Amino acid sequence: MTPWTFFVTHRSEIWSATIDHIALVLVAMTIAIVIAVPLGMFIVQRPALRTFSLGVASVLQTIPSLALFGFLIPMPFIGGIGPRTAIVALVLYALLPILRNTYVGLTSIDPAVLEAAEAMGMTNTQILTRVRLPLALGIILAGIRTATVITIGVATIAAAIGAGGLGTFIFRGVAMVSDAVILAGAIPAALLAILADLFLALVEHRLRVQ
Amino acid sequence: MIGPRCGRSIGPPGNEAPITAATGDPIIEFREVTYSVKGRRAPLISQLSMSVNFRETLVLLGRSGSGKTTLLRLINRMLVPTSGAVVVEGKSTVDWDAIRLRRHIGYVIQEAGLFPHFTVAENVGLVPKLEKWDPARIAQRTEELLRIVGLDPKEFAQRRPAQLSGGQRQRVGVARGLGADPPILLMDEPFGALDPVTRSELQREFSELSRRLGKTIVFVTHDLREALMLASRIVLLQNGRIVASGTPQKFLSIDHPEVRAFSATLHTVPGVPA
Repeated sequence: MTPWTFFVTHRSEIWSATIDHIALVLVAMTIAIVIAVPLGMFIVQRPALRTFSLGVASVLQTIPSLALFGFLIPMPFIGGIGPRTAIVALVLYALLPILRNTYVGLTSIDPAVLEAAEAMGMTNTQILTRVRLPLALGIILAGIRTATVITIGVATIAAAIGAGGLGTFIFRGVAMVSDAVILAGAIPAALLAILADLFLALVEHRLRVQ
Repeated sequence: MIGPRCGRSIGPPGNEAPITAATGDPIIEFREVTYSVKGRRAPLISQLSMSVNFRETLVLLGRSGSGKTTLLRLINRMLVPTSGAVVVEGKSTVDWDAIRLRRHIGYVIQEAGLFPHFTVAENVGLVPKLEKWDPARIAQRTEELLRIVGLDPKEFAQRRPAQLSGGQRQRVGVARGLGADPPILLMDEPFGALDPVTRSELQREFSELSRRLGKTIVFVTHDLREALMLASRIVLLQNGRIVASGTPQKFLSIDHPEVRAFSATLHTVPGVPA
């Protein structure tokens, strides 16, 4: 069986796995952004919490993904088998790039600009929303882009704990020793990553130019 | 920076600029001010008293680290004295609401510190916008200010700071400082980062402009030439203390080693008379 014939005969199955995969990534990224961007804003003024949270996020990043899925299975509430556990793991992986870029973006602003903002009589909230965030937006988006590409890749492993997605074909193909089946999962996953990267690069570029 | 109109007649009056004081009355007063930071034995400012009179241009002169910028930041409460008080318009800065005080005082810094994501017009109109002026009034004021600093609004209003030369950015910085027509203007080496030709151009225009504006100006520099050109009074700082002060006419004849050190900078090219 060639990859192509497998692809054609299983196209509806591959299509629905792709949709599942995208759903996993979208849910995980949304949660990661909602956690990491405000946390990144919060740690700008708090050095102790900054060291701690960036440290934790870095350590999480170093755990091999298969191991992390394994660790999570026995956990109460967030663990078990299925997409919920997978999403928790994906969120943990996505935190670091977003958190770090949010922090770096907010703190790498020209000090003269911040001094001027303060001296003009802007309140701290105004400085954050009208100066720091707009100027950091490009860098924050770059972090989101990195995290999205990582998450699309890691999400293939989520199939190992029964979360579905394109990884299903990869694991099945490994078990069947069939390149055709592995590629049916790997190629769409790679395409998704490339498309997401291009799309977010475009958004980032638009915002930076503005 | 020569505009068609001048003096206090330009633009809408400051929101709450009280024109009660007469020329010669102090509008800013330092009373025994000491400012120190933790971990540094010598205070940045020690036991300093002085006053800034209504509508004068006071130049704070000194080397790097002499405390000039610290003094400036004490005026708009970016810093608070460790002891003593800084009194602005009769009220200690700690009794002022910091935001109100800062919107009441214009501020111009080196490299301008313009907001790179705002247009020139948005930069200039920032304080009026924060003060919730209506948009038509802001637009009118912005146009007026750009003319005052010698930039054609049609050509420059919609540009971003990155599309300007250093001299033009600094002009926008001055216009922004004047935004809501504050009675006091603080300037921290505003022309320090410019090339010598542009710098002396802006100094000349600004000395003209400051006379017409009728603002109380506190100007920080380490350049004696600039001080002599712009000041109605020069205050020389060394290690956080005032070591000499006087009008530009009298300043050079003051007998103090730091004054002589600064005077020597006027004769640095051998064979060229200062």
